[in-house]
Amino acid sequence: MRPFDYVRADGTAAATEAAQGGATFIAGGTNLLDLMKLEVMAPLRLVDISRLDLGGVEDMAEGGLRIGAMVTNADLAADAHVRRDYPLLARALLAGATGQLRNKATTGGNLLQRTRCYYFYDTSQPCNKRDPGSGCGAIGGFNRIHAILGASEQCIATHPSDMAVALLALDAEVETEAPDGARRRRPLADLHRLPGDEPERDSFLEDGELITSVILPPPSTGRQDYRKVGDRASYAFALVSLASVVEMSEGRIARAALAFGGLAHKPWRDREVEEVLVGEAPSESLFDRAADRLLRDARGWGGNDFKIPLARRVLKATLRTATGTEVRA
Amino acid sequence: MSTSFRMDAPYPRVLDRTAQGVIHRPLDRPEGPLKVTGRATYAAEQALEGQVEGVLVRATVARGRVTGMNDALVRAMPGVLGVFADARFLRNPAQGGAGEAPVQGSTEVFYHGQPVALVVAETFEQARHGAAALALRYEEAEAQLDPETAESVDRPDKRKLDQGDLDAAMADAHAKVDVTYTTPPHHSAAMELHASVAEWTGDRLTLHGSFQMLKYNKAELADALGIPRERVRILSPYVGGGFGSKLGISPEAVAAAIAAHELGRPVRVVMTRQQVFGMTTHRTSTRQRMRLAADAEGHLTAVGHEDRVYNLPGESFSEPTAQSTHFLYSGVNRRLGQEVARVNRTCAGSVRAPGEAVGMLALEGAMDELAHELGLDPIAFRKRNIPDRHPEKDIPYSARRFADCMDEGARLFGWDARNPTPGQLHDGEWLIGHGMAAAARVNMVSASQARVILRPEGTALVETDMTDIGTGTYAILGQIAAEMLGLPIAAVEVRLGDTDLPPAAGSGGSHGASSAGSSVFVACESLRTTLAERLGCAPDDLTLKDGIATGANRRAKFAELLSDGALSEEGHFEPGRTKKEVSQASYGAFFAEVGVNRITGETRVRRMLGTFAAGRILNEKTARSQCQGGMIWGIGAALTEELAFDPRDGHVVNQDLAEYHLPVNLDCPQIEVQLLEERDDMACPIQSKGIGELGISGAGAAVVNAIYNATGARVRDYPATLDKILGGLDD
Repeated sequence: MRPFDYVRADGTAAATEAAQGGATFIAGGTNLLDLMKLEVMAPLRLVDISRLDLGGVEDMAEGGLRIGAMVTNADLAADAHVRRDYPLLARALLAGATGQLRNKATTGGNLLQRTRCYYFYDTSQPCNKRDPGSGCGAIGGFNRIHAILGASEQCIATHPSDMAVALLALDAEVETEAPDGARRRRPLADLHRLPGDEPERDSFLEDGELITSVILPPPSTGRQDYRKVGDRASYAFALVSLASVVEMSEGRIARAALAFGGLAHKPWRDREVEEVLVGEAPSESLFDRAADRLLRDARGWGGNDFKIPLARRVLKATLRTATGTEVRA
Repeated sequence: MSTSFRMDAPYPRVLDRTAQGVIHRPLDRPEGPLKVTGRATYAAEQALEGQVEGVLVRATVARGRVTGMNDALVRAMPGVLGVFADARFLRNPAQGGAGEAPVQGSTEVFYHGQPVALVVAETFEQARHGAAALALRYEEAEAQLDPETAESVDRPDKRKLDQGDLDAAMADAHAKVDVTYTTPPHHSAAMELHASVAEWTGDRLTLHGSFQMLKYNKAELADALGIPRERVRILSPYVGGGFGSKLGISPEAVAAAIAAHELGRPVRVVMTRQQVFGMTTHRTSTRQRMRLAADAEGHLTAVGHEDRVYNLPGESFSEPTAQSTHFLYSGVNRRLGQEVARVNRTCAGSVRAPGEAVGMLALEGAMDELAHELGLDPIAFRKRNIPDRHPEKDIPYSARRFADCMDEGARLFGWDARNPTPGQLHDGEWLIGHGMAAAARVNMVSASQARVILRPEGTALVETDMTDIGTGTYAILGQIAAEMLGLPIAAVEVRLGDTDLPPAAGSGGSHGASSAGSSVFVACESLRTTLAERLGCAPDDLTLKDGIATGANRRAKFAELLSDGALSEEGHFEPGRTKKEVSQASYGAFFAEVGVNRITGETRVRRMLGTFAAGRILNEKTARSQCQGGMIWGIGAALTEELAFDPRDGHVVNQDLAEYHLPVNLDCPQIEVQLLEERDDMACPIQSKGIGELGISGAGAAVVNAIYNATGARVRDYPATLDKILGGLDD
């Protein structure tokens, strides 16, 4: 571990001020500490935000919930409102990590966790995300867990979060505070980046910008599901996950929100897939068209080719269940 | 005083006549409370006066020579006390039972991840930072990274067998299979990291380490350092799992000893989790061609089992893949053989049940396939092929309740209620299947010594350098002594894991309990003879219970019989003629019910049962735990575990517990274990056999055979991850 300065912020303004120029926020530390021990990340300064007043899950006046950035994954999964109105979120949270990790991991930190790409974690290997310009070890290497959508020749890493996938399907927004005091509220869909030529940047957050809360809109009436497919029953990152909200009206799909994990550098939601479905009566051929749309630009890298048919199967099975289409024996 | 015993012939079942009643009972492990409350001090927890910290530095090329390093820069870093690279460094761990140093040197690189330097600093963080900053320069050479295309391939004579005419038998067969199974590399992944704390007192070294076989480890360490064995003492009282990876000393021990000598301060070197995955021994991958032929009655006429494995150049160990194929089933025409590819990967060595753990995945899969070809129930087919005598050596078997295990397991599991036609049972999205496989593991014993001291106050002390690697050695050795000496279990203290104590067999190959247990038995039997003499009765008439000796109408407390002080006796046990004259193994049967998800191809084991016979069960609780643990290993082998090597530089890719997928709780259903009553009179004087590795030997095959029953898809490429199943499922 490289020596670093440690600052315990006593307010969000002090936190964002201290976080500029090579600093990193630390909340639960469940990901960051591992990365620092390995010297994958070597921040000059840690700004501890764990004592800031960013907790609590509150009802909003206009409906919906405000989730403080410091709310732990365990607490959020257990929250009565979440369980009642956003069961998809509770399920996704409980599908991730372990009980011990969920007790420490926070809402803001979960959104900003780094990829689990093996090559990112191993400093003896090239990785453009860790060491820009060094190359991508996963391309041509072992890439079972890697991206099939939105990747670049520079990086094929995936975002590992379950929670973020659920939040994306629920149209969550993210509130932040910048060092100049400016508060922003942006859709979660606008938080994470694709790798492109700058895989070292995971998000669109600016230097020192701090996530203060996550906003959930009033709950919708559709059916919510979260399905996670992994290499073991628990404590494995998703190979493919799907968070869905599907609402039926008079035998037709009135609304579909479909967010995928394990497929890309960010939680993946493709509005065109949803447009294929909305207004249509459910059928196998419709589901196939939706899957075709989702996977039209999909590309495997050898070890992860199976994700392409797997994503199709998961999408179709979820749509069958959500639309009440007969499950074939 | 010492008494020697060689296992040349059956010995009376003394432990069936003793009176204390503690043997076999499911007693708690005496050291358990210390372990769960953090009071058992493991190697890495030593905190010696003046102790400093070392972190190993690994090579980042697959083959070549270290030509230089920026050690001056690192030496100048805060807290750094030294950078060591020494010709005595170990290239890789010693193999089990080596008793001498493995290949040494810190200049020539044979695999990516090889330890080539040690950075020592005042704190662990400083040392780790220094290690990360140490940049090595190399002269790279061409590496052999793929076991399938490696240039150098050995074909060991000891693995060769050609009996009868396999090709003719295959050509004439009524039914046959000729299939290839593959298994991936596995890692022991013991919970406790490999760690050593070295301290010198003058020219004598004391090393706190985490090892399985101390008498060999002491010899290995002395040889590596070039000093006489008498100057080395190793302490390993508690070991947090070994599974083969701690059979021999590993690089951190030698590096710690060298640095401690140089610096004149105790040095602690604890491997990181990544280093454990990338620097300690692992299990080779295997490619196994199975050929089985049967006649119309379902009698095997041919058994072919040929495999390819790998290891580093210069390593004599090769996975004994076909170990149980030699003795498990009949068939006069037999061909077994092995190819060992020489590759630049981390050292391959023993991992939990070397041989059977992977060999039986292929053998028991192929047996299932042939049973289907023949239209026979897999149990009926196996029972039809249990040989009367060893099919290669023509020697008899010792106790072997193989058929009973299959029958009893089938009854408990409800095997007869299954549907033998694949793909018939559904539960929502899940396709349900049932499978079984045989369990078999060769039985071994080795020379072992123990000292037992019986004190007038009615207590006893058992001392041996035997290890308890989480298996229950403290418990069973205490039980044997308590049973033999007629003492309550609480009156017996067991001291282990110190090379100053009598040298034991060590833990490995499931031989520890029988070997070390027999040495304690031998010592105790001699003590019983002395007590009988003092009481004035024949040894056979002596009854010892709760510290009171009874016999020939006399009765005395130990205090009276030991009025001139404690008795001390050493028991020396060694294998004898029964090792060669009979075929000894533990047997069993596995049964599994799986669900395979019709959408995703994910497999979940829904229930699992193992029935085992392994001679006398010394402690029913620790034996059961061993079997359960083994079956969890079986689930891992079947479904999740694969150590991945990068094809370009051979480095270990998934080097932590998040990405090396051991089964977690949710992957493990209720696992039932049924232990059958058995005594093996040919095994050892306490009639026990190895049980530690029996629970894994074949377990994974039951799971994958169940996947076939569920789906009709035969996975021959372990592990059966979802991508290998998806293609066989309907859209």
